[in-house]
Amino acid sequence: MEMTNGQFFVTTIDKFVRWAQKSSIWPLTFGLACCAIEMMNLVGPRYDAARFGSEVMRASPRQADLMIVSGRLSLKMVPVIQQVYQQMPEPKWVIAMGACASSGGIFDNYAIVQGVDRVLPVDVYVPGCPPTPDAVLHAIMKLKESIAQGRAKGGVMAREA
Amino acid sequence: MIRGIAKGMGTTLRMLFRQKSTIEYPDKKKARSARFRGRHELRRYDNGLEMCIGCELCQVSCPAAAITVMAAENDPQNPHSPGERYAYVYEIDMLRCIFCGLCEEACPTEALHLTQEYELADYTREALIYGRDRLVNKEPSHFRVPENVYPKYDGRKAVDVL
Repeated sequence: MEMTNGQFFVTTIDKFVRWAQKSSIWPLTFGLACCAIEMMNLVGPRYDAARFGSEVMRASPRQADLMIVSGRLSLKMVPVIQQVYQQMPEPKWVIAMGACASSGGIFDNYAIVQGVDRVLPVDVYVPGCPPTPDAVLHAIMKLKESIAQGRAKGGVMAREA
Repeated sequence: MIRGIAKGMGTTLRMLFRQKSTIEYPDKKKARSARFRGRHELRRYDNGLEMCIGCELCQVSCPAAAITVMAAENDPQNPHSPGERYAYVYEIDMLRCIFCGLCEEACPTEALHLTQEYELADYTREALIYGRDRLVNKEPSHFRVPENVYPKYDGRKAVDVL
């Protein structure tokens, strides 16, 4: 947030805002391939992302804070993912889940975008093919850590004071 | 209708006292099977020498082209590995890797091993390219140098022809 200018009152509010932001990250389903199967497990009873404040998967980008890109992103999908990302309210974060979303994986060809960070600002990368739900929970915890420290900008354009 | 609701609520009540299936993740971790393939490690022999001899077979076998190996000749006085060569550059791009384990199968010295570790998420792509510093084990393993495999090596002889 742009409020940080070193004064006691504002920094305390800043800290509170960050705490609030990191405590309820609602993910948006952006399942593109087989990683989505593991992503569905994330909100199931066994792994239960609700314990971390990621209460439910939202199908509408207007109600989501975190986009979990799970699966390979084809070139034809790029305008869609960009539009969905723009429809999410700020602050918003992106997790690239799995090898294909993070770097293209084994699909080093003309049809697949070599990592979603070519088109979106990615906060956390998760290796694995597909990563286990625990690994994605670990990534969500890492994201919360970086939000609390103010490192993850949340898609907000840099507004220097 | 009331019977139906009572039956439904009865099921709810029964489930309430059942053991919860949730794994309390950061505190308790799910036990992985012995065959689970996670982060790579390069093992050492029990005398501290690296098992990797820089043959680059893992690089060739990798379907995602995630492994980069560059081999250099061992100094006979202060060798890194029992063979003639060792990997002076060994990089695995964890984001490219699909953890198929073909590299582990290809390794002739059983140096490369996929561990049970799966918590690898990080903030940048650069941080997930694992080099020698993070892949080579600090601790020696229980493997012993097979004496019958490695001939005595004290420098390359054919070089003297030039």
